Amino acid sequence: MSKSDLSRRGVLKSGALAGTGLALPTIFTASSAAAFTNEPTGSSVTLGFNVPQTGPYADEGADELRAYQLAVEHLNGGGDGGMMNTFSSKALQGNGILGKEVKFVTGDTQTKSDAARASAKSMIEKDGAVMITGGSSSGVAIAVQGLCQEAGVIFMAGLTHSNDTTGKDKKANGFRHFFNGYMSGAALAPVLKNLYGTDRNAYHLTADYTWGWTQEESIAAATEALGWNTVNKVRTPLAATDFSSYIAPVLNSGADVLVLNHYGGNMVNSLTNAVQFGLREKVVNGKDFEIVVPLYSRLMAKGAGANVKGIHGSTNWHWSLQDEGSAAFVRSFGTKYGFPPSQAAHTVYCQTLLYADAVSRAGSFNPCAVAEALEGFEFDGLGNGKTLYRAEDHQCFKDVLVVRGKENPTSEFDLLEVVEVTPAAQVTYPADHPMFAGGALGSCNSGA
Amino acid sequence: MDAILLQILNGLDKGSAYALIALGLTLIFGTLGVVNFAHGALFMIGAFCAVTVQRLLSLSYELVDETQKDFLGNPLKVKTPYVESWFGPEMGGAIIDWAVPIAILFAIPIMIGVGYVMERGLIKHFYKRPHADQILVTFGLAIVLQEVIKYFYGANPIQTPSPQALSGVANVGALFGMDIVYPVWRIVYFFFSVVIIGGIFSFLQFTTFGMVVRAGMADRETVGLLGINIDRRFTIMFGIAAAVAGLAGVMYTPINSPNYHMGMDFLVLSFVVVVVGGMGSLPGAVLAGFLLGILESFASMNEIKSILPGIDQIIIYVVAIIILLTRPRGLMGRKGVMEE
Amino acid sequence: MFGLDNKDTRMLLVVAVLTLCAPFILNPFPTDSAMAQFNAGYPDLMQRFVIFGIFAVGFNILFGLTGYLSFGHAAFLGVGSYSAVWMFKLLSMNVVPAILLSVVISGLFALVIGFVSLRRSGIYFSILTLAFAQMSFNLAYSVLTPITNGETGLQLTLDDPRILGVSATADGSIPVTSLFGLEMRSTFEMVVGPWAFQFNAGYYLCALILLAAFYLSIRIFRSPFGMMLRAVKSNQQRMNYTGLNTKPYTLAAFVISGMYAGLAGGLMASMDPLAGAERMQWTASGEVVLMTILGGAGTLIGPVLGAGFIKYFENIFSKINDNVLHSWFSFMPDGIEDFVVFIIHPFIGKGWHLTLGILFMLVVVFLPGGLVEGGQRIAKWAKKRKGKDSATPGKTTPAE
Repeated sequence: MSKSDLSRRGVLKSGALAGTGLALPTIFTASSAAAFTNEPTGSSVTLGFNVPQTGPYADEGADELRAYQLAVEHLNGGGDGGMMNTFSSKALQGNGILGKEVKFVTGDTQTKSDAARASAKSMIEKDGAVMITGGSSSGVAIAVQGLCQEAGVIFMAGLTHSNDTTGKDKKANGFRHFFNGYMSGAALAPVLKNLYGTDRNAYHLTADYTWGWTQEESIAAATEALGWNTVNKVRTPLAATDFSSYIAPVLNSGADVLVLNHYGGNMVNSLTNAVQFGLREKVVNGKDFEIVVPLYSRLMAKGAGANVKGIHGSTNWHWSLQDEGSAAFVRSFGTKYGFPPSQAAHTVYCQTLLYADAVSRAGSFNPCAVAEALEGFEFDGLGNGKTLYRAEDHQCFKDVLVVRGKENPTSEFDLLEVVEVTPAAQVTYPADHPMFAGGALGSCNSGA
Repeated sequence: MDAILLQILNGLDKGSAYALIALGLTLIFGTLGVVNFAHGALFMIGAFCAVTVQRLLSLSYELVDETQKDFLGNPLKVKTPYVESWFGPEMGGAIIDWAVPIAILFAIPIMIGVGYVMERGLIKHFYKRPHADQILVTFGLAIVLQEVIKYFYGANPIQTPSPQALSGVANVGALFGMDIVYPVWRIVYFFFSVVIIGGIFSFLQFTTFGMVVRAGMADRETVGLLGINIDRRFTIMFGIAAAVAGLAGVMYTPINSPNYHMGMDFLVLSFVVVVVGGMGSLPGAVLAGFLLGILESFASMNEIKSILPGIDQIIIYVVAIIILLTRPRGLMGRKGVMEE
Repeated sequence: MFGLDNKDTRMLLVVAVLTLCAPFILNPFPTDSAMAQFNAGYPDLMQRFVIFGIFAVGFNILFGLTGYLSFGHAAFLGVGSYSAVWMFKLLSMNVVPAILLSVVISGLFALVIGFVSLRRSGIYFSILTLAFAQMSFNLAYSVLTPITNGETGLQLTLDDPRILGVSATADGSIPVTSLFGLEMRSTFEMVVGPWAFQFNAGYYLCALILLAAFYLSIRIFRSPFGMMLRAVKSNQQRMNYTGLNTKPYTLAAFVISGMYAGLAGGLMASMDPLAGAERMQWTASGEVVLMTILGGAGTLIGPVLGAGFIKYFENIFSKINDNVLHSWFSFMPDGIEDFVVFIIHPFIGKGWHLTLGILFMLVVVFLPGGLVEGGQRIAKWAKKRKGKDSATPGKTTPAE
């Protein structure tokens, strides 16, 4: 056929074209004279806030954005200063960062790795952002962390709970303040032991993707160490909206504890379905049936309404904490927006302050200098007690909260109550723990 | 055995939602020949009718209570719903408790209205346009509707519980001497869908209006030549289809808390159901809805998942492929509908 | 030129000029001005424009010519991306083998899916392709994680066993993708007064491939093969009655368009070595359908315009926030400024979906032939203004 013949000639010709095109770019150099990527030269510095603004986590993203704006206001000397006043490091003066006014750009991750990377790239390439932060899921956080490593900017992770973020996918330019699956397990286990004893049969329902798996592994390991028996681990599709067909088999499985390794919309639906099936009134093996939600989010728990009552889980931070830092943060956030902040808002506010503080202490925006200042940094006054940014994996080690759905909420925000504050020492693990093995930080990249 | 019966029950219950949505979609395909990507959005609007009714009923006035503090340390404002102050706490509480069934009364006129406006205002102009244009315009409409809802209600799911009397579980196996407990509301949902489906079928089968519509579905031109204003009837059918989707949404809210993108979650699935059932066939849509519901439930059983890992993720699509390859027009499809 | 008639040559040249000068055209506003928000001339977005342009051009070969509406084309893009990243992980960081492999693998994938799906036509075909794509997505997200790395997406790591090349560079980072040593991310910045234009090596590679892909698509549209496909669209039954088996033609079109998608996927991975499962989701397949219809199905240039339109809104509008709005309207008195910001607020930032949805509806209601028709109407109007004959004999007609 004539067609294939013609197109082959076409291909050859375009090949030749491409060849001449390639001879040109010898004038393209990797980057200009700057010492590192997006070195701020003017009177201001730009930070990139990359949060989900559309999709199921949009409300969580909106809350993160509020906290970021508050942090920027405080850094620039506005407002009441929030946690800057209670922060143990006093390097921040309220005059921006190193005297440069803090500006920010925002983007939409859509909770998709691809879109999140596109958005982060536009911040780096177009807006000259020197630090990227945000995210409301682990897949996105890991994808953006990888991008920041390549581009030579610092990534301060937002809400990401997977062990992998500071485990097998850790990066030298990435830092996480939020806690992780292992810590959830370690914090919950003693509480569960006190409440439900050591002779229990647990049934896991797990969202079928990497975060779900790492959490399932962590919780199962922690509860099995108590002497619990794991009856079954069932994976549920991420796209599932109705979990009834996964809940139904639990009824006759002989299990007396149901662990829901779900987050966000999945958690709301699976918990609602579990309660619908009367699991909470059930008595198995002579014991009351119990449900555990290892990772709680107050914003999302609202969607499950009264179903969360009496159900235990863990959280990174909660607004009802009474320490000085938390109180200051809740006051300035609540005064500005009229409602208390979520744990996502708290973690991103802390991350912004921690970054600004590290730059001030290092005296430079150079990512390598900032990373050095953050590594091994010990601080207090940001709401979680004494905290360490461990140098080996860039994970924060701090107290973890075990919470329970409140029986008699006094307001629409008053959904959870803190049952126990598990001290940092109890949730600390060695950097070479098998659940976190397989990755390497690599070396810091400043993009030079 | 119990486990299998439980999954059959579960499949019927899931299938009833699929069947209701697919039924409405087929009414629109079959009568108007329009690929309606906004049908999921109609389901979502129905669900938000329930949310709105619940919110309206719980509209409250605030009283400052000096003894309690809010999160900032200011005196707490205690909210009391107006209905509770009008009818007394018990009666008022009961009214709020029954918000979802009450919402049905509101949803029917609202959904028929939405359907009417949609058809007259937009879809009407697209009958003669290619299917591709219909997809683009209805998809655009779906996005707009869902973003408007998101603007007013936020992105998080909103809990809309069923009435206390209808929550909890019932032992449906007691009749047969078995122990099969199942949530009451899900059983209610199943019977509700059976009633609606039965209603639509008898409406089309036993009324003159229905007869004309069926004639119009078979041959629109000839019916028009007989001097019958078929367009008008089709508009009404569009309204009814919207109402079916909306009612499916209202009743679904206690099963899963509604959020603004729930329509998109059901959209692809409902298209698969309609096509597996066969284009233009109402019984096909219902049959396929229940069939896929039951198969989906079975696929999520641990025994089956251990043989074929991941089967529950893809069962719907596997079934769709097998049926379309063995039966060219789905289960009960008519020749020549949407084939070119 | 290149075996094209005058009109097509002109169109190819226009596209060539537009893509090669994109860094200038897309950056019309000075960097420090308030309007710089609308600049799209940064490497990542320019790459996306042309990559999705290739994807849409390929999709149009199937949909525009044969009328077969595939709702699962994103699967081929995803498969292409995965193959390219695996090539980077296992063989070398050179983009050439990666792109070649992604085209070949997605071609094979398309052959299998096309062979099965093309047994049906109309909406039954659409649902079959949708089912295959959704299966690939769901499995890639969960069960196939060893190959796809699930939710996170397949990324390069420091211990990849790269046969030709090193696992990690001397300073301990992951090597970057390159074309025989020319790094894809290397960018030359030209500062002209207040403007800054970025010339990126990766973009130019994509742009040249787009031109080649576009040229190939013109040749296909104008070839006897293209004519055959159009005949399939207008009346497949009649074709069958004349004793002609149309299946090989439609299957060839399906495979070619799948290879275009794979090429786009391979390029995406070459520009940014990550392959996420979301690339295969039905929404991604829907996006390319929307791009093609929005631009003008069956026209040559339409899909490229549609791709640019959607990607522009996704990346530019989503980044406008209230602060930006306030800076634009700061010249107004306070009360009016707040009011204007309040009115615009729902349509920008997190509301960019709303704007896009409204635009879809407006375009399809007022421009039945898509953006291309809009262009034609403007051209016609301009001609009328010039006082020329309004009969427009030289008007380009869509292929339909």
